[in-house]
Parts: sequence; C-alpha cells; structure tokens
Amino acid sequence: MKRIGLVALVFTLAVAFVAVMAGAMLELGPVAIDLRTPVAQQLVNSGVTHPVTAVLLNYRGYDTLLEIAVLLLALLAILAVVGDAPAAPPRAAHPVLQTLARLAVPLMVVVAVYLLWAGAFRPGGAFQAAAVLAAAAVLLHLVGLLPGWRRPPLRLRVGMAAGFALFLVVAAGLLTQGALLQYPPAWAGVLILLIESGLTVSLALILAGLFLFLAREEGT
Amino acid sequence: MTTGLVFALTGAALFAMGVVGVVLAKHLLRRILAFNLMGSGAYLVLVGLAQRFDVVDPVPQAMVLTGIVVAVAATALALALARKLHALSGQLELPGDADA
Repeated sequence: MKRIGLVALVFTLAVAFVAVMAGAMLELGPVAIDLRTPVAQQLVNSGVTHPVTAVLLNYRGYDTLLEIAVLLLALLAILAVVGDAPAAPPRAAHPVLQTLARLAVPLMVVVAVYLLWAGAFRPGGAFQAAAVLAAAAVLLHLVGLLPGWRRPPLRLRVGMAAGFALFLVVAAGLLTQGALLQYPPAWAGVLILLIESGLTVSLALILAGLFLFLAREEGT
Repeated sequence: MTTGLVFALTGAALFAMGVVGVVLAKHLLRRILAFNLMGSGAYLVLVGLAQRFDVVDPVPQAMVLTGIVVAVAATALALALARKLHALSGQLELPGDADA
C-alpha cells in the first residue's frame, strides 16, 4: 500500500515538473547572451571553419582537455573494479558474420579517418572518429575475432594516455602565449589537427577498453 | 512552435521519465538506463532551447558533445560496479531497496 502511494506521488511530481518546464519554455523570451556572433567573428582565427569544432578545441579547449581526463579516470576505475579475472574466451560466431565483420572493419577505419579530417570544416571530429573505431573493435569482439582485454600491456597503456599527454604538452607549450590553450592563429589549424589525431587514437582505445575490459567470465 | 522547441519539450518529458525510473526502479540495470534517459533529456533541452528561433548555436552543441562522451564513461563505470555487485552478492538490487 505504501508503495502505491509512493508511485502515485512520484508520477504526480513528474507530471507537474513537465508542466512547469513546458510553461517556462513556451514563455521564454529572446536570448539574453548571444554567443553566436562572437563565435562567428573569431572563426577566422580559430584554425577551422566548422563552429562546433572551433568551440570544442579552441574556444573551450580546456573542457575537452578535462573530458579526456575524465574518460581516462573512468577507465582506471573500471580496471580497479574488475581486478585480474581471466578474460572470456572469444566465442566464434557464424563464418558469414565473421566475414562480414572482416569486410566492415577496414571500411570503418577509413570512415574514422575521414571523420577526423572532415571535423575541420563540417560535422565530424575526434569523438565521432573514435566512436567508429571503438565500434569496430567491439564488432570484432562480438564475432569472436578479438578476445576481451585483460591486463593492459605497456603499449596499450601508452596509447590510452597519449591523447591526454599530447593535449597537456600542447597546453603547457602554449602557456607562453599568455593563456591556457590560446593558439596563435597561424598555427591553430595544425595544432588542432595534431590534438585531434592524438585524441582519436586514445579515445578509440579507451572507449573500446570500456567494453573489452568488461568482457569477462561472469562471477569474477 | 519551432522544431527546437519541440525538441526541448520532448527533452523535459524524457528527463521526468528518467527521474521516475531512477526513483522507482529497483533493478540496477533499469536505474542506469533511466539515468541515461535523464541525460538524454537534458541534452535535448540544451540543444533544443538554444535553437528555438531556428538559428543554430554551436556552443551548446559542443557542450552536449562533451556531455555525451562523459555520460558514456559514467555508464560504463556504473555497469562495471553493477557487475561487481552481482558477482559478490548474486543480486542486482541495492541492499536497502529489498524491504522498501
């Protein structure tokens, strides 16, 4: 009986919340702070021509720097949680699936490289490219061609930390410019592409690791 | 009503549905999914409200992109903890929820 009262209360509150939010959104006035104009004005100095990439890696570069740090931290926490249990042996899928995966993965790598390159002038960038690469690794694992990861060997650890380290080195090197991650306009495009390449490799390994380190025998 | 506003209203509804799930669901997997639903709702509100006059604003889009990646990491960590709990105790509910 108590449970029914709780459910009714929560549902009522949720409906009231949606009603208040909808009312507030429909009454909302014009934009108080318009960031579109400064974003568009500074685009020539940002080194890229796509505004979202400019915001991500130039204007708000430290957000992205901390983001890759958060991802690395989450991966370390997962490694601490799962311990040293043996990885699950790969379960071989149907040969047709395996062949299809073998055909799809090289295409996914090509798509990832294209997305990384396209980020400078159209939707795309390091995160999207890394997501495609990580999906390729998960696909290979699901069809039984790539075993789950156990303890990360040294080169895997280096690869996972490389993006963050590269980003930090660039940020530290640019401190002479006066502010954190303030790129000189002439170098901005090259630096952003360099950081994005590092981020793609590390993010892909981290995102794949989030899945593959958890792919273990149950009960460990 | 513009498309952006429809997205924002949908986001508010999704957020409320997520809150209901987090509060009421006992199974941890359902809770994690509900928590993700809350996140998706918040992203829709952010992006939708920013373009409620049909002009795209890149700043909230970049913030949401950052948020999505962090949410993936948080979800993976939550799943790892849930698996550990299942391995240790054999159940996927928090101990305090059993008698609630």
